[in-house]
Amino acid sequence: MGEDGGGAFEIVTREDYSDVTYMLEVRHPQMAKAAQAGQFVIVMEHEHGERIPLTIADFDPERGTVTLVVQAVGKTTKEMQQRCREGTTLYAVVGPMGIPSHIGGAKKVLCVGGGLGVAPVYPQARAYARSGAKVIGVLGFRNKDVMFWEDRFRAVCDELIVCTDDGSAGIKGLVTKGMEQALAAHPDIDECVAIGPPVMMKACAEVTRPRGIRTIVSLNPVMVDGTGMCGGCRVKIADGIKFACVDGPDFDAHQVDFDDLMARLARFKPAEAEAMKKWEESCRMKGGDASAAERY
Amino acid sequence: MAKKKTIRTIPQARTPMPEQDPAARARNFKEVACGYTLENAHNEAERCLQCPDEPCVRGCPVGIDIPAFIQKIAEKNYHGAYDVITDTNLLPAVCGRVCPQENQCEGVCTVGDTLEPVAIGRLERFVGDMAIREGWVNRPYVEPSGFRVGIVGSGPAGMACAADMAKAGCEVVVYEAFHEPGGVLKYGIPDFRLPNEVIDVEIDKLRELGVRFECNTLVGRLFTIEQMITDMGYHAVFIGTGAGYPSFMGIPGESLNGVLSANELLTRCNLMRARDFPNFDTPLMPGRRVAVIGAGNTAMDALRVSLRLGAEKVMCVYRRSKTEAPARAEEIHHAGEEGVEFHWLTSPVEVLGDAGKRVRGLRCQKMELGEPDASGRRRPVPVPGSEFELECDSVVYAIGTNANPILGQTAKLKLNKRGYIETDENLATSIAGVYAGGDIVTGAATVIEAMGAGRKAARSMKAWLGLKDTDVVFAEAAPYEKRRFGFAPDEHGYARLRVA
Repeated sequence: MGEDGGGAFEIVTREDYSDVTYMLEVRHPQMAKAAQAGQFVIVMEHEHGERIPLTIADFDPERGTVTLVVQAVGKTTKEMQQRCREGTTLYAVVGPMGIPSHIGGAKKVLCVGGGLGVAPVYPQARAYARSGAKVIGVLGFRNKDVMFWEDRFRAVCDELIVCTDDGSAGIKGLVTKGMEQALAAHPDIDECVAIGPPVMMKACAEVTRPRGIRTIVSLNPVMVDGTGMCGGCRVKIADGIKFACVDGPDFDAHQVDFDDLMARLARFKPAEAEAMKKWEESCRMKGGDASAAERY
Repeated sequence: MAKKKTIRTIPQARTPMPEQDPAARARNFKEVACGYTLENAHNEAERCLQCPDEPCVRGCPVGIDIPAFIQKIAEKNYHGAYDVITDTNLLPAVCGRVCPQENQCEGVCTVGDTLEPVAIGRLERFVGDMAIREGWVNRPYVEPSGFRVGIVGSGPAGMACAADMAKAGCEVVVYEAFHEPGGVLKYGIPDFRLPNEVIDVEIDKLRELGVRFECNTLVGRLFTIEQMITDMGYHAVFIGTGAGYPSFMGIPGESLNGVLSANELLTRCNLMRARDFPNFDTPLMPGRRVAVIGAGNTAMDALRVSLRLGAEKVMCVYRRSKTEAPARAEEIHHAGEEGVEFHWLTSPVEVLGDAGKRVRGLRCQKMELGEPDASGRRRPVPVPGSEFELECDSVVYAIGTNANPILGQTAKLKLNKRGYIETDENLATSIAGVYAGGDIVTGAATVIEAMGAGRKAARSMKAWLGLKDTDVVFAEAAPYEKRRFGFAPDEHGYARLRVA
């Protein structure tokens, strides 16, 4: 539990889904019991690390683990990609945070995941299936090689549509094309969940808006504490300001100001670039580590 | 018997606090106030009249026997002074630094009727710092009571409550959502007012008492308050989670990049060490010209942190006048000395952005004071046609906080209209065995008020558990393990002292 600060949160499994996407299964029996679909954790890799929010991609009360799927995009996530192995530990993992997704009431649900968003939409699809709803999954990937968790989705979805940018698997096109296809075949879909990059979620919201289908997106802005204390994760919802960490992370897609979200995500870009440059230089100097980084 | 002191025989002038030069300190994070030397402390201790009615003790929220500890200093019995303070207050090095003494003990000091009051806070800090330097730990003799107490939040309220419950023989576990204990003392109050090392030493003392800290634990979400009682075997629970949830004004432009809350600025800088970026990974991107909205203590901290992060110009924007500013006079004075520019009677109306959605300025209007409002302060009213622009690339909001919603979302706790936890006069909440205190009950207040609430709740919890509140008996002095979390006295301007 992280007695006296520096906790040791053991990584029990690691899998790589592509050169940038990797999965970490972390031992945390208490969190595995408490977690619900839609919640997230904040992770600190080491004592000097930053706190980054990651949506919980899966949780298993019996194994006592929570699963995170991470995309190596910045210094912290690249460093984690290089350092995190089975048996290594993370300095801090806190959660589950955020209000759990509201599941129930819907009869036929469209669950859309794009890229990294495929992972966090999985627990929601599973929760909908368990609530008795029919679940139609739409997953979007760059190409066939970076696909993951198709098997997990097949197990909980009544129908699954895979979309790839190059058509190497499923239909060729973006998830919005898959959504159109699903909506044409199932005009009685009464709820939609879409998780992925902001630009994708924005497009998904525009697909369902004219049809008046309730659509939920999960937002992942920059956070520090994740407990409502710093206000860094504030997002524009309709006319008001909400904090994604304690008022979300799920919000009504038709109310979200995505342009505002995207602008705020770029907030630390110059600093991030600086951290990245310094880290890459230190990797080159160490030699061994850099070649380790290139293996992925 | 020594000759009785009178107002005419004591040193007339209050001993000034040695301070770093304003120009130098505005660019470093070292402590501004260097602390009393032995000579300073003796001189100031002589100023206490040892008057019989002891108004200072009543002025102290935790009731420290102030004349007694000052007398010990005068007798050069420093450990004795430490014993007197720790009888009621476990954290003298913290309280001596951050209590608003001018409104508490020093505000009612008898000497203060004629001369400047005795510098009680500075003397308290002197004793606290010496205890840290010398490694003194007062470990009370504790008889286990068999009760388990859970505390939510490791800030000043939680720490004070933990100390009292541990002394009463309870097994105490303190839960903290951050990766380090200390709460606002760590993430909020900057190092130049309260070094993090001082807090670590004080937390270490709680550990010596048997208190256990569990970090990375978000109570409410990982488990609920109710589960602590029903499943986890706690006989009583104290909630001291602080206020959280910073306010914004709702004016246009608040989501521009470069607008942030003082909480975010301070947390990134203090707890996450963004000031050492990129050696620490948390980015901050400090502004070149910073406007801080508000004039409370948090605003002063944000202003002074911005200066130290290298800002060229730091401006305080407040809609009322200096007289109404809620910050301690000393803090406003310090900020002014360091070069903060004050814009009194100025209210922001819009944050201005550039094409890249970054802040480029703050449009403000001038205000004038009208009739007194509900708070008794004169209400600021806009002066028509007085709008003007301040050029800045960062806007920091320090206009207060709202209640943090997490416990309200997850427990069946009765909340008041503003979302704070409702308690009775003994700080009991609507759930039996669950008590609450500090900012989550009162809204934003001071460190010592939170500590006072923690101790008050501890008294109620002891009564509820049927524990007697006995006098503290100190155990045999045990050798102190030199775990000081890298506390380097030289760095904070202390001289190494030997105590005879």
